Amino acid sequence: MRRNVLPGLRLSLGVTLLYVGLIVVLPLAALVFKAASLGPEDYWRIVSSSRALASYRVTVLCALGATLFNLFFGLGLAWVLTRYRFPGWRLVDAMVDLPFALPTAVAGIALTALFTTNGWFGSVLADLGIKVAYTPLGIMIAMCFTSLPFIVRTVQPVLEDLDPALEEAAQSLGGSDWTIFRTIILPLLTPAILAGLSLSFARSLGEFGAIIFIAGNQPMSTEITALLVFIRLEEYDYQAAAAISSVLLFTAFLMLALTNWMQSRALRYTVRN
Amino acid sequence: MKIRLDHVVKTFDTFRAVRDVSLDIESGELVALLGPSGSGKTTILRMVAGLEYADGGHIYFGDHDATGIPVRDRGVGFVFQHYALFPHMTVAENIAFGMKVSKVKREKTAIAARVVDLLRLVRLEGLGNRFPAQISGGQRQRVALARALSVDPKVLLLDEPFGALDANVRHDLRRWLREIHRELGITTIFVTHDQEEALDLADRVVILKDGQIVQQGTPEEVCRNPQSAFVMKFLGDANMLQAQVRDGRAYASGAAIEVGGMADGKAELYARPADLDWSAHGPGIAASIDRILDRPDSRRVLATTENGEHLEFDVEPERPVRANERGFVTLRRARVFAV
Repeated sequence: MRRNVLPGLRLSLGVTLLYVGLIVVLPLAALVFKAASLGPEDYWRIVSSSRALASYRVTVLCALGATLFNLFFGLGLAWVLTRYRFPGWRLVDAMVDLPFALPTAVAGIALTALFTTNGWFGSVLADLGIKVAYTPLGIMIAMCFTSLPFIVRTVQPVLEDLDPALEEAAQSLGGSDWTIFRTIILPLLTPAILAGLSLSFARSLGEFGAIIFIAGNQPMSTEITALLVFIRLEEYDYQAAAAISSVLLFTAFLMLALTNWMQSRALRYTVRN
Repeated sequence: MKIRLDHVVKTFDTFRAVRDVSLDIESGELVALLGPSGSGKTTILRMVAGLEYADGGHIYFGDHDATGIPVRDRGVGFVFQHYALFPHMTVAENIAFGMKVSKVKREKTAIAARVVDLLRLVRLEGLGNRFPAQISGGQRQRVALARALSVDPKVLLLDEPFGALDANVRHDLRRWLREIHRELGITTIFVTHDQEEALDLADRVVILKDGQIVQQGTPEEVCRNPQSAFVMKFLGDANMLQAQVRDGRAYASGAAIEVGGMADGKAELYARPADLDWSAHGPGIAASIDRILDRPDSRRVLATTENGEHLEFDVEPERPVRANERGFVTLRRARVFAV
């Protein structure tokens, strides 16, 4: 093994592995174990019940929508924050982290108050015939709010480190602004964007506090999976809760694996020899 | 392509980077912009490229006023100091970039053929599929050159082309760049702070200080006839002695040389290390040797005069000089500049 300058590998490795084991692996294993204590037939019945399926659909679709929205908006925000300095820049930069800092229930209540039919936004939107609170659209907005910082904060440092000479070189070779963005900047941002997307999507899948206030929680239409799990827990049906949770867990895993694979493909060029 | 800078000025915030620079560059010439950092040499290069715009004055390409033409339409090839290769593209894709995005549509096969030609020109056949991270610094620099040449530029501009390379690689690349320039005959300007590089490579050296041209000429002209103390010092090691000019002669610490036509008064006398010699007996500048630095082809002597001025000079390797020895420094030739 290569010797490092700083000693303490064994101690630090031991402590971190113990920590990961206790805090991450053990609860997940317990979850899987609990779910597995159901027979395959019962498990399948629970996870494929029409109410569960409806909750997956609304959760995944809203999470996809929110992530897609954050892709564009987050990229734009990261771009503005790195490329321009304007009065209030520091404030805007700090506000990006607000959804991280704010208790999600507070966000949920604030969003609900804004978007109900007599709220500031909701009343205007209601006149236009758009209903936000207690619809999937509301769920999506809550997800957007809580997962916005991920894209901004993963893309921003990469964008800041991008050598301006790359763009100048492309310009001197005759590239138009759009060509340069499409063929130089975007490919170099791709790994960071993928990381941000996966975090944003995972967060949206599991978000609970911000959503339940604005969602309306109607089974079969605006009931998210995390809430269904919570309802099963309230009914002391731990096995069913674990079974439905395992579906979320599996989805998150699959998605992280997929984005990791895409990231390593996008970063092929950095591999030496 | 002939290039003419006409009273060009550039200011960044409050810093006047380039002050009233006028310069004519002949078609096919290889010109070095030489100066210390902050002398405005890179800014001039970037203005010629169109990466910066002049605040005042004009830049002509041939008879055409190019001052306001953006870089993408100016038809220049620019090699960046750290090459600025696109890291996510292979060497071949880097070289093909300019041809792919060009308004002039080219056949895919024509582009591929040109890439092969350019790879051969820069002697990187077979490396087309590597990524920039997988090749050496010297190879990257040649890819950058091939990429800049791919768009058939009228002018080739290089910013500190060898700055980031080892001494050995630098030496080879210098010779190679000279050959390429002879082969293509393209008007070339490069920026450097390394006087040796400028003198080795350029047809003409333009020396800059504080945003102004202080002297220009062939390497021979600027070396043999530096017109100011700054140029003298910047082009190579130089010893300085305080001197006094009286009746057409400059006197410094016991040495005197003819300076025809200079007005009486205080002056500075400059001499290259090779222009001084050491002898045990006078006449000359009385001094004692502090230290000797042995080098493969000579011995560098560090000495202090009786007035406390420090001198450095070279003697041949066989000369048996030692530290703490006392003797006299003789002046073979020197230049005197009024203060």
